[in-house]
Amino acid sequence: MNGRRLLLTSAGAIAIVALLVSIALAQGMREKFFDRDGRLVVIERSAAEQLRTYDIRSSKAPETFPVPPPPFSEGIFPCSDCHAHMSPDQRPRVLTEEHTDIVLNHAEGQRWCLDCHNTDDRDTLRLVSGEIIPFSESYRLCGQCHGDKFREWREGLHGKRTGYWNGDKEYLLCAHCHNPHDPNFKPMKPMPPPVRPGETRR
Amino acid sequence: MSDEQQKETRVFKQTRRKVLKGLAAGAAVLAVPTPQASASVWEAFFQKHFREMSKDELVRVLARLEKTYSRQYGKEVTVSATPPIEGVRFGYGLDLSRCIGCRRCVYGCVEENNLSREPQLHLIRVVRLQKEKGVDLDYAEHYYNPELVPEPGYFYMPISCQQCENSPCTKVCPVQATWKEKDGIVVVDYNWCIGCRYCMASCPYGARRFNWRRPQIPAENLNPTTHYLGNRPRPVGVVEKCTFCIQRTREQPGRYPACQEVCPVGARKFGNLLDPKSEMRALIENKRVFILKEDLNTRPKFYYFF
Ligand code: HEC
Ligand code: HEC
Ligand code: HEC
Ligand code: HEC
Repeated sequence: MNGRRLLLTSAGAIAIVALLVSIALAQGMREKFFDRDGRLVVIERSAAEQLRTYDIRSSKAPETFPVPPPPFSEGIFPCSDCHAHMSPDQRPRVLTEEHTDIVLNHAEGQRWCLDCHNTDDRDTLRLVSGEIIPFSESYRLCGQCHGDKFREWREGLHGKRTGYWNGDKEYLLCAHCHNPHDPNFKPMKPMPPPVRPGETRR
Repeated sequence: MSDEQQKETRVFKQTRRKVLKGLAAGAAVLAVPTPQASASVWEAFFQKHFREMSKDELVRVLARLEKTYSRQYGKEVTVSATPPIEGVRFGYGLDLSRCIGCRRCVYGCVEENNLSREPQLHLIRVVRLQKEKGVDLDYAEHYYNPELVPEPGYFYMPISCQQCENSPCTKVCPVQATWKEKDGIVVVDYNWCIGCRYCMASCPYGARRFNWRRPQIPAENLNPTTHYLGNRPRPVGVVEKCTFCIQRTREQPGRYPACQEVCPVGARKFGNLLDPKSEMRALIENKRVFILKEDLNTRPKFYYFF
């Protein structure tokens, strides 16, 4: 406070406005959003990460999509912790030993785990084309069948981007909102309604 | 707020109001702060209109406010006055086929914008509408409180300031305490507002709120990064409204508004209408968009779509 007020009497006003702005920026930022289980995710951003400028001409649609970490349950990744020591079992069946909470409710009857998961390396996913992709690109997996949604997602229309409207953005993965195994969006508890007017005014 | 400060705010407000009344009646009433009033009251009294202040004056006003708020809340509060960015006209989009009426945006806004917790003040109102009736506000209900949302047969429509291009609220203000900025954000100077509430009466969307009592925000919840025309603590007796989170969105780079950031279904879109690559333009070009009460010719920059 003191330092800033001293400047007031000596330096030019523009310099001070700039200083005020830079002080606000120097604090770093926190971004918050809810994932599909209603958990609040908080991402901390340093001041340095925020120092980029807006240029309309060069803001072309990106080819790659920065994403936050995939929403794995705790302790499940890397899958190879277990699967590296197991031989894959390609038979569609009811799982009894592990992953028993996973119930496929996604165009049922047509698919099995290994339509999406890579048989040979469980830490990755596999596209129909045979291309192996990391979990951070799972939108490409979904995009194979949901091309329209994928294209809207890319434009920021379906799903959600976080970050800066005139700077770097992150794309929430489809999996942040849809459980890939049971993708229907789950209902949630609403926050409380506003108090009625009689209760606010004196 | 100490008794002293409270008194000062009151004195300030009353005198401003009296001056205006005097003017209105054409009478030569001289209403000024009492001789006992402290220097900061006098300073506030003689503060110019925001848009008429020189850079020097503005810097002094911001410093005075920072000092006052920091003392009041016991933590370092910054008050910026970042101007509009050249070539930017803000627009907002809301996807009605995604919104589930969960009200996360309502409370995200409260936190970011330092809205009064007691008495409660919300700048976003989420109304529940019947799918059968469509967007018919006669069937709107905003106190809905089921166990889970969305409820079958209903859809939800959050309503806040529509940032009209042709804004009735700014035209009726007798003291020009509210106006539209170059980037399209309609703002209020809380130091200039006399609390007459004409703007509220003129708003077809019911989007403005009045601080009937002194807003109360627990110090630990105060967002210390504020903007003069945005989320700085408000005095009693002034009108406030959504500013598209001016304290966030005008920075370079600018963060998304808090309501956009917190929305769990991604129903909220925000961007620069003048930027052909922005999500707002993609939205307007590819989706069926509509604006509320189009017939009034208010030309909102808040686009709803399905
Ligand atoms: C439609 C494609 C698809 C199918 C079919 C599928 N998965 Fe998945 N699965 C995914 C994707 C994508 C993820 C990544 C989720 C994430 O990013 O957190 C995933 C995540 C997982 C995880 C980690 C879950 C967690 O709690 O974090 C396990 C375990 C898993 N799948 C097992 C299975 C099993 C077992 C089956 C068959 C019963 C199966 N998957 C079928 C796409 C699929
Ligand atoms: C704690 C050890 C463990 C971890 C970690 C684990 N799995 Fe498994 N997984 C198993 C076991 C055991 C089975 C066999 C279950 C059965 O046959 O009932 C299995 C079965 C599967 C199957 C069915 C096909 C097959 O080969 O049997 C898929 C698909 C699968 N896991 C995917 C994953 C993915 C993806 C991850 C990481 C996100 C993961 N698993 C992490 C233990 C694990
Ligand atoms: C192999 C094709 C295929 C892949 C890959 C695929 N889906 Fe689907 N998905 C379908 C089909 C088929 C349906 C059923 C469509 C229907 O019922 O209208 C569906 C339905 C859905 C639905 C709508 C559910 C509902 O009940 O409304 C969502 C959401 C969804 N998928 C998300 C995803 C996500 C997220 C991924 C990637 C993890 C994905 N899908 C990958 C084929 C696929
Ligand atoms: C921010 C959260 C979010 C993200 C990210 C997201 N979706 Fe959705 N999606 C939704 C919501 C909400 C719905 C509406 C669901 C409902 O009404 O039940 C939906 C609906 C859908 C549907 C059903 C069809 C429809 O229009 O209702 C499909 C298919 C789908 N999403 C696919 C995807 C795919 C593919 C991705 C990734 C490329 C994705 N979604 C990313 C939230 C999201």
